[in-house]
Amino acid sequence: MRDIFSLGLLLSTIRVATPLILAALGGMFSERSGVINIALEGKMLAGAFTAAAVTYAADEKLHMGNASPWIGLLAAILAGLFIAAIYAIVCIRFKADQVVSGAAINILMFGLPGLLSGAFFLSSGSTPQIPKAHLIPWTPIVIAFGAVLLSWYVMYRTPFGLRLRSVGEKPEAADAAGVSVNQIRYSGVLIAGVLAGIGGAYLSIGQSSLYSRNMTAGRGFIALAALIFGKWKPVQTMLACLLFGFTEAVSYVLPGLVKLPSGNDIPVQFIQMVPYVLTIVVLAGFIGSSQPPKALGIPYQKEK
Amino acid sequence: MKTLFKELLFPLIAVLAAFVVGGILILLVGDNPIVAYRLLLGSALSWPDGIGQTLFNATPLIFTGLAVLVGFRCGLFNIGAEGQLYVAAFATAWVGITFASLPAVFLVPMCCLAAVLAGAVWAGIPGVLKARFGSHEVINTIMLNFIGIALVSYLTQYHYKAPGDPILQSVPIGWGAHIARLGKFIPGLPERIPLNLAFLLALFCCFLVYVFLWRTKWGYEIRSTGSNPAAAEYGGISIKKQIILAMAVSGALAGMVGINEVMGYRYRYYDGFSDNYGFTGIAVALLGRNHPVGVILAALLFAVLQHGGIYVDGFSEHVTKDIVQVLQGIIILFVAAESFFKYMSGKLRIKNPGKV
Repeated sequence: MRDIFSLGLLLSTIRVATPLILAALGGMFSERSGVINIALEGKMLAGAFTAAAVTYAADEKLHMGNASPWIGLLAAILAGLFIAAIYAIVCIRFKADQVVSGAAINILMFGLPGLLSGAFFLSSGSTPQIPKAHLIPWTPIVIAFGAVLLSWYVMYRTPFGLRLRSVGEKPEAADAAGVSVNQIRYSGVLIAGVLAGIGGAYLSIGQSSLYSRNMTAGRGFIALAALIFGKWKPVQTMLACLLFGFTEAVSYVLPGLVKLPSGNDIPVQFIQMVPYVLTIVVLAGFIGSSQPPKALGIPYQKEK
Repeated sequence: MKTLFKELLFPLIAVLAAFVVGGILILLVGDNPIVAYRLLLGSALSWPDGIGQTLFNATPLIFTGLAVLVGFRCGLFNIGAEGQLYVAAFATAWVGITFASLPAVFLVPMCCLAAVLAGAVWAGIPGVLKARFGSHEVINTIMLNFIGIALVSYLTQYHYKAPGDPILQSVPIGWGAHIARLGKFIPGLPERIPLNLAFLLALFCCFLVYVFLWRTKWGYEIRSTGSNPAAAEYGGISIKKQIILAMAVSGALAGMVGINEVMGYRYRYYDGFSDNYGFTGIAVALLGRNHPVGVILAALLFAVLQHGGIYVDGFSEHVTKDIVQVLQGIIILFVAAESFFKYMSGKLRIKNPGKV
């Protein structure tokens, strides 16, 4: 057993948890303002593809050298913002069903990177390799954990955080107090776009050195699960992400180390299921209850 | 007739608008949109390959479209058709393998029942969780997608794979579990095209869903729960029961994809077989205005696009089959933001006050 709990496992947990933390915190800002965010997956895909494509272009075509991953990161943030802006306009301005539009964004972003990559790099499967020296393996980790502290501060110690929370719980009351419900919701959704975009960028230019098809592999949904498991609160959400990151990290090392009494490996599929099962259990209120913001998913209609 | 026209008009506008946006994207990546669209839409019209393959592609989409429709009519969003159809396909194969020696008279109904029941149970879980604990079915169905897909992948890998098979697939099902391909009955349609009896079952299910929702007491109660839960409860309808019933029916419909896939096409469980059928079902139901007839039309459209995607991949210079997913996403966005078009038409009217 001692071989499992090593420094390597800790680092690997942090690496796996980083994109989850970023996306889940983003989802928190959106959902605490009252906008469901099942589109985290799509926003992460947008960030991951844009980061890899722009970093490669900056490096190979513009010879930006060490600056290229930073340009890639910035582009990923803009891509996340762009997708979030579409989502925000559709959901807030045109009051579309948030779950339906979120699903649409995910389906759209499942195809768009392949289409663009096929056109620009003549390969719809992946973008070209970026040299190792031009990756940013550490910065997003720092950003992720910094974002946890910052989110806590913003959420609980600033007027904006108070407004955000009130808009998600009782939009009528916030409106009566002079808060622009839709403006706050736009901010919440856009912040989600920025953070999920960085989370996606970490996958392609931090952990890896290219964008490959459907690279997020459901991480946007695990982030959503962590957000629920963390009861829509920043620190708890981070802990949930670390827990889910740990289960994934364990699933990489466990098969070689621990055997079932029958002598077989522990099937990796069962470890993969852990976050999802935990989320269902906690949502049902078996281990402490997880209550979503009261106005979650309901477009706000100002009284005339 | 006038209402039918109105019902058709909006989805048509949404599809056209999506094609315009998609066309701009095609231009941006450096191809001619007209050429790309001709490949995308035209390839499905050839007989027998194009038409046969398109109808085969439409079969799972009709099932998942109906599944999402039944959920929507009860005010529920079943985003878990993907997981339900995987679990159901595995269950179908499991019965087909375990009772492989039985004759078709017994094995075909048993396998069909397995598909329907497994789908119903897997969708029934979030139904019960919602009814009993009030937890949101959207989150639970997403979670159950991952759990279901991992579960059947485990079962296939560890218990039902032929030893030494490099592909993650089960051993074949018994002969008695095969259902006929339509090529057997239709002259000119070769049997290598996998279009099978499940397509007719899908059409029949559209009729059944119509009768169920609009001509039975259960359907009436489900629709009342969907349109106004408070009034339904006041009228003596048990909302909790309707939620569980609607989810189970929805899952049963999604589960029938297993009949098409396992009994009519591959004759075994093949891991990762679904081409996002469950998620496309959302687009099918929405574009089909949550009506069985609309579901058939929308499923055909997406099946045509899916088939055309292969040709786009092969024959166009830059555009890849990913354009199909992109179009699908944009179509749902436009359908979801219906008020966008009302807003636009309002704007146009103000600009041209004379013409309405």
